[in-house]
Amino acid sequence: MLLEFGIMNQLVLQNVSKKFGGLLAVNQLDLEVPENKILSLIGPNGAGKTTVFNMITGVYPPSNGSITFKGKKLNKLRSSKIVARGIARTFQNIRLFKSMTVLENVLVGMHCRSKSGAIRALLKTPFEVKEEKNITRKSLEILEFMGLADFCNDYASNLPYGGQRRLEIARALAAQPQIILLDEPAAGMNPRETADLMDLIIKLRDTGLTIFLVEHDMRLVMGISEIVIVLDYGQKIAQGTPQEIQQNETVIEAYLGTGAKTAS
Amino acid sequence: MVRQELKKLVIYGFFLAIIITPMVGFKNNDFDAARVLQTLAVLIGLLVLNLIVKLVRSKRPQRAPGHKAWGERVRERIEQIPKVFTLGGLILITAMFPVFADNYMIDVAITCLIYITLGLGLNIVVGLCGLLDLGYIAFYAVGAYTYSLLNLKLGLSFWAALPIGVVLGMTCGCIIGYPTLKMRGDYLAIVTLGFGEIIRLVLNNWDSLTAGPNGLFGMQRAALYYPTFQDGGLSWAVYNIKSLPSLYYLIYIIVILTIIGVRRLDNSRIGRAWVAIREDETAAELSGVPTTWIKLLAYALGAGFASVAGAFFAAKLSYTNPNFFLFMESCIVLCIVVLGGVGSIPGIIVAGIVLIAAPEIFRGLESYRMLAFGGIMTTMMVLKPEGLIPAKRHKREFIETKSNE
Repeated sequence: MLLEFGIMNQLVLQNVSKKFGGLLAVNQLDLEVPENKILSLIGPNGAGKTTVFNMITGVYPPSNGSITFKGKKLNKLRSSKIVARGIARTFQNIRLFKSMTVLENVLVGMHCRSKSGAIRALLKTPFEVKEEKNITRKSLEILEFMGLADFCNDYASNLPYGGQRRLEIARALAAQPQIILLDEPAAGMNPRETADLMDLIIKLRDTGLTIFLVEHDMRLVMGISEIVIVLDYGQKIAQGTPQEIQQNETVIEAYLGTGAKTAS
Repeated sequence: MVRQELKKLVIYGFFLAIIITPMVGFKNNDFDAARVLQTLAVLIGLLVLNLIVKLVRSKRPQRAPGHKAWGERVRERIEQIPKVFTLGGLILITAMFPVFADNYMIDVAITCLIYITLGLGLNIVVGLCGLLDLGYIAFYAVGAYTYSLLNLKLGLSFWAALPIGVVLGMTCGCIIGYPTLKMRGDYLAIVTLGFGEIIRLVLNNWDSLTAGPNGLFGMQRAALYYPTFQDGGLSWAVYNIKSLPSLYYLIYIIVILTIIGVRRLDNSRIGRAWVAIREDETAAELSGVPTTWIKLLAYALGAGFASVAGAFFAAKLSYTNPNFFLFMESCIVLCIVVLGGVGSIPGIIVAGIVLIAAPEIFRGLESYRMLAFGGIMTTMMVLKPEGLIPAKRHKREFIETKSNE
């Protein structure tokens, strides 16, 4: 599955549909996420964007079609296995472990990259001690990268809003993914925080990660995306660079309704 | 402010009068106004007292933002003292306890320690993993009956039967855990409640194996073996752990090991996964925690600790009976966990002592004993809704670890 640029498609959705009862949330979607790119999925409310994320991460399986990651099917795997394969995500509404410290939140994200079980913990074997030290160090590095190192012993619930958003990303990074799915990372942020987030996303991409975004903030989407995919009523209506999307008539119609162009 | 409160007081008094008058006033179909007035006076007196307390509190100067609550300050003070003194002193005093206590007190202390073990085990399931388990006492029964049967039918000693009991308890934990993996909250509570009753009913009705409601008796006590050099050669002498002080020390060691175990688990990768599941199961799964396994593990380990307590209990009494494992016992263990502070080890220890020893202290009150027990519980929950000693997550000192490397 080589593209013309010679870049592998990491994540491929083929003919994927999702039905909730009689509602067709996602309809025969084909989608490719190329490696080490920033890809945005946009669309009006209820277009099925989060449903796509949920299917990729195994919250529920697709009704039809296949999802493959690096050539391997993900359809029936449970979420924790999918994370272990290298796809991590954040949530639209912040879902941190509130009564745990910031550091512990990141350590939970490391779960699939560490091994010590209950017996090792009970006996406190040298392996366990060493592993704990190791993952703590790695977690601190991630927190440092996200600018949260100073808060590492605070409870997650005591972080300011922007910090909580960043901690979500930190927790996802702790699973050492190859793709990170960000579900509306800029929701509720002020322009300054959004600008910081844009820098951060680019920095993440430069470390070799693939970024897959769902976002409503057009400044962020158009500012950093390399590919934009537009979804409406569960169907892909357009795909292209930000410039192409901005000029696409179907997209304008989907967002503003028919006649928007004549009115302007 | 005063006016508002007074208005409230009048309204409350009015309602009280309406409710109290028919309830208290009629005695043998005669209306007794004096009784009503007496009762009303007492209740209204309480309300007035409440009002005064409120007023005094509102007059107090506002607390500065950095001000810490009384409990917090005491905690910090205690933490300043080196652990050798606080923890060591505590261990020393509790270890010396049988020396200056009479048999009755030691017996109560043993019961306290059994319940603390149970509370710590249930803490894994309820406190850390957030799975409400109302049938926890079933695993205690499994431990007790496993030891009893293995000892009576096969003649296994306490130490040989203990691991078998733990494994069996853990298996039972998985059996109850597996069908409930997808349930949450109330539904889970009902299923676990049912499971607890099933175990008790099986024990009660399987006459050929468990002797039904008569129970099993005649088990050997736990024994210690030590070498002696009498009669020329080396031989093993047996010391039966039968006297109350020796039983106390046995359960004391079990409790200490349980505390160490639960503490280590709490601060491990598994413990963090448990807390993550308690906080947000979906987010935990999507952060890479295999929730199914981790939850099963919580059930299994919790059940394992209960089995140990159960085996000890059977060996202590040398008698078991299905009626020791009523739903009420599950409730008490759950109360210990909730009252102590969900997920908090010191809290559970304190709550275990308070809840088990309190009914003994109030024995003089006879049939009002359980009323006093209920009163203590309600007061504690009203005053400290987050538990006696709220749980605190482990904080790390990085400066220390860095210098060690």
